[in-house]
Amino acid sequence: SSHKHKLNFKRSKEACLSYIQDAMLQKQWKRAAEFLTFYTESLEKDYSREHISPSEMIWRIGTEILCHHSHSSMKEFNSFIEQMKTLGVKRYLKVCLEHAFHLLCNGLIDEAYQNLSLAESWRFGEQTVIQDKEMKLIQAYRGLLDYYSWSKQKNILLEHGQDGFEDLSVEQEMHSCFRKAAVNLKEIIKIPGVWDLFVKCYVDLLEFYGDHNEARQVLNEYAYNSKFPANPNAHVYLYQFLKRHGESKKSLISALKILHDIVPSHELMIDFNTMLQKSKKRKKRRLGLEVIFAALDYAGWKENVKAWSCLARQMKQIVISEKHLDWIKHEWNSRKDWWPAFHFSRYLAKKNWQENESLSYEKALVAGILLGKDCKYFKYVSHQGCKARVKRFRILKKFVNKHNPVYLRISG
Amino acid sequence: DFNERCAQCSEVNWGLTDGGRFYCRSCHNVTERTREVVNTDFASNTRVQTISKGSRKQEKHDEGCEWYVCEGFQLVLKKQAEALEALGVCSQMKDEILCNFWRHYLQKSKQAYCNRPAGETVEALSVCDSSTDVDSEPERPSLLRLLSVSESEGDLQTDCSFASSTTKMSESTSVCSGSVDGSLYLMKNQKEKLRMTMPMTLSFCYMALLWLREPITLSDLLRFVVEGHIPYLNVFQHFPEKMKLCGLDLKIFCVESWPAYEEVFNKMLELAAFLDLPRFPDITDSCFLHPDMLCMKYLMEANLPDELHNWTCRVVKKTCIGEVDFLTLVPGNKSTRKVKYDVLAVALIVVVLKLLFLLDDHYEWLLSDFAEERNKNNKEGGPYFEFKKWYKVIKCSLDVEQKKLDEERAKYLWRCEKPLFYSAKKKSKVLKRRQMVVSLQNQFGKLSGSVRPAEKPNPSSFQLSWSEENTDGSCFHGHSLKGILQEKCGLLTAVNPDYWLCTVKLCTEKLCGHLAHYREVDFPQSYHFILRLFSFLLKIQPSYIHDEVCAIEQKLFHKKLCKKPKYNTGLRK
Repeated sequence: SSHKHKLNFKRSKEACLSYIQDAMLQKQWKRAAEFLTFYTESLEKDYSREHISPSEMIWRIGTEILCHHSHSSMKEFNSFIEQMKTLGVKRYLKVCLEHAFHLLCNGLIDEAYQNLSLAESWRFGEQTVIQDKEMKLIQAYRGLLDYYSWSKQKNILLEHGQDGFEDLSVEQEMHSCFRKAAVNLKEIIKIPGVWDLFVKCYVDLLEFYGDHNEARQVLNEYAYNSKFPANPNAHVYLYQFLKRHGESKKSLISALKILHDIVPSHELMIDFNTMLQKSKKRKKRRLGLEVIFAALDYAGWKENVKAWSCLARQMKQIVISEKHLDWIKHEWNSRKDWWPAFHFSRYLAKKNWQENESLSYEKALVAGILLGKDCKYFKYVSHQGCKARVKRFRILKKFVNKHNPVYLRISG
Repeated sequence: DFNERCAQCSEVNWGLTDGGRFYCRSCHNVTERTREVVNTDFASNTRVQTISKGSRKQEKHDEGCEWYVCEGFQLVLKKQAEALEALGVCSQMKDEILCNFWRHYLQKSKQAYCNRPAGETVEALSVCDSSTDVDSEPERPSLLRLLSVSESEGDLQTDCSFASSTTKMSESTSVCSGSVDGSLYLMKNQKEKLRMTMPMTLSFCYMALLWLREPITLSDLLRFVVEGHIPYLNVFQHFPEKMKLCGLDLKIFCVESWPAYEEVFNKMLELAAFLDLPRFPDITDSCFLHPDMLCMKYLMEANLPDELHNWTCRVVKKTCIGEVDFLTLVPGNKSTRKVKYDVLAVALIVVVLKLLFLLDDHYEWLLSDFAEERNKNNKEGGPYFEFKKWYKVIKCSLDVEQKKLDEERAKYLWRCEKPLFYSAKKKSKVLKRRQMVVSLQNQFGKLSGSVRPAEKPNPSSFQLSWSEENTDGSCFHGHSLKGILQEKCGLLTAVNPDYWLCTVKLCTEKLCGHLAHYREVDFPQSYHFILRLFSFLLKIQPSYIHDEVCAIEQKLFHKKLCKKPKYNTGLRK
């Protein structure tokens, strides 16, 4: 505050800006608008050395205010954005793109489409080259909207069935949308990036028209090209595609393997484990065990009955066969210090029993094998279960008692 | 004046065109006769043309005319003087004092320009000669006598060479500025000649006000400027249409900052010395600027008891800062420290408060509690002054006002309707931008909800006012200091026996620019609060007031300081 008394244009506008920001943070839109009116004359001064220019500030702030202010309308917003478009040629396409997003968020799909088309036809010397990325995005989003139209028309056709002449024009339009969409979507996904939505839509188009090879290639590229950022969804899409087309277990497993590496807590890990358990190959079954243990390391899975039942099933099978106990030992080694408190506390035993009997059943089985018949969890649940005369608990109790020596071998 | 009959209609009804030519008001016949001598009023175009100047180009383009930078400044000064007159300053300010200061300046500075025709110098001289009779005030020395000294100096160029030099200039500078000598103005090293700037116009104003001993302090003046009562920002809007501003003129006439107190003050001193002005009219104890008077004003504004005024007067007497020789400005005398009347007055009040309340974040609250106790039993007479109560009231008001001020500053609008552009090429872009700004202001203005207050506050000498009529007890003017005073040997002295010095030794102002170095953390919070209050009123940094406080203390405790060379945190009075 030592320079509080030195007031010049720059400082005055900086102060103004901070008032705007404070007002916006406190959602005082009227006050923000008020200060913005005083800030606008910054446009008349040259700020070429600043990091963010006043015109960009005004665009961003104005957009926020108009989005939230109770008295502002779409019409006002549009007129504001049109002005912003003329303000900075270097930002023109960006503004167009964000304008389109805003229209989409407000359900004005046709207007958004028009805007994107208009922006697509913009040419401005070397700026067109410099803003190439934005242009590609604009084309991609227009392609997306074309896909959306295509999708609508497809649904119309499906509803009416394949007969009827009146559907011919719809069909033609549908195909034209497809062509327009495909061209643009294909372009954008060539560029390394995260394009989940575009990829999904493009693949959907390709599948519909029967071009499975292209679809597979696109998905492979998206998942395996190292230039693209690591993206779990890419593998999910690929897996889903392969599954849809009845590909071999081998290719399905290889698709999910990478997903397990990137996101061990992914919901598809159950499917993965199920596939692996059934495999004839020992290595795969071992991987299955690894996968399910890894998934249950995550808090989000604590109460997932399916997951616990997968683990229980596999462990039961191993225990009965008496083969590969070392697998369990290995997995348990790194977990024996914290899983008991994490999953098998007395509190959880009570909670699980009260809330979800099946959950407590599966977990009790696992606990019984890993921690022995005398562990808190197993004792409580089995006791409760037997008391309630639920048959499977009696069987469980017998089973664990019978195989208690296994526990000793695991823990030792 | 011109008394010939009109060639066309035979009337004698002459007026003057902007170009200085006579025209007949009845039939609008324009003659070739021009006025030789400019009249004593400011006119928008004081360029004097002699009759034989036929060769000079009147207009470069169809709209503009040739104008020199100093003409622009002359206009600015005229506007400012008019505004001051509207505020109540006597009319002598504009027509005599400021006008003469300006002419003297022109003469002193323009003589050194090598391409500048001395023609203007001649005019200035001839003008002043004709008005020497007007000046008859005995107190003020005749400035004009000084001007006449240079009559014999300077060589007069012939008209032809003058005309050719203008054409030469206008060809080369027409691209860079609307004024004829804009680029020249900025290019030359003007250090010795004291080049005119916008802040300097305020120095001129202040100098004239000081000469007339008007009741406006420099901080008042600067505040009026910021509040818009005195043209400064965008004053070029008032230039006539024909005076086109562009290019480098913008650098000269467009300001984007408010001038600081120090800047204007120091420039004023420089200017006074440059003009070789003699000793200014005496500041005696009946003048508004005398500390005895000014302290009264600030005591009122700070909502402090009137009784404190006795104390400020006592300190003034003891330190001799009320002496006419101390207070009166003698330009050029480098040895004396120049007095900032407003800063001196508030610093005095600070010293008095320290004397009476100590302000060590402890004693003043003790005293206040004591006064509060006594107030409970005090049924007759006015209440005793309680520092705590005063602090609460002032802090509250100060915070509110400061907040308002900060918001106002953030809302300041610097641009005006008149477009400014560096070159004709940029004109359309500038105009488009202006349109957009206005459009955006309208759009978001509608969303602002509240009504635009927009009206500038009426100019007032006081920023804070307190009324004794308020029953809430928030006015302390009439409160008594009895609670903190005692009688000793017939004299009223403070109950507080101690005093702490802001600094033991003063710095050399010439070396580091300050007498002391103020850091908030080094001093008691009460002290800082007081400084903050006056800093708000004067719109200057607290450190300037602190400097002045140090200076007064050094004078007040001079004897004690000379005796005890050791470092003293406290001092028995």
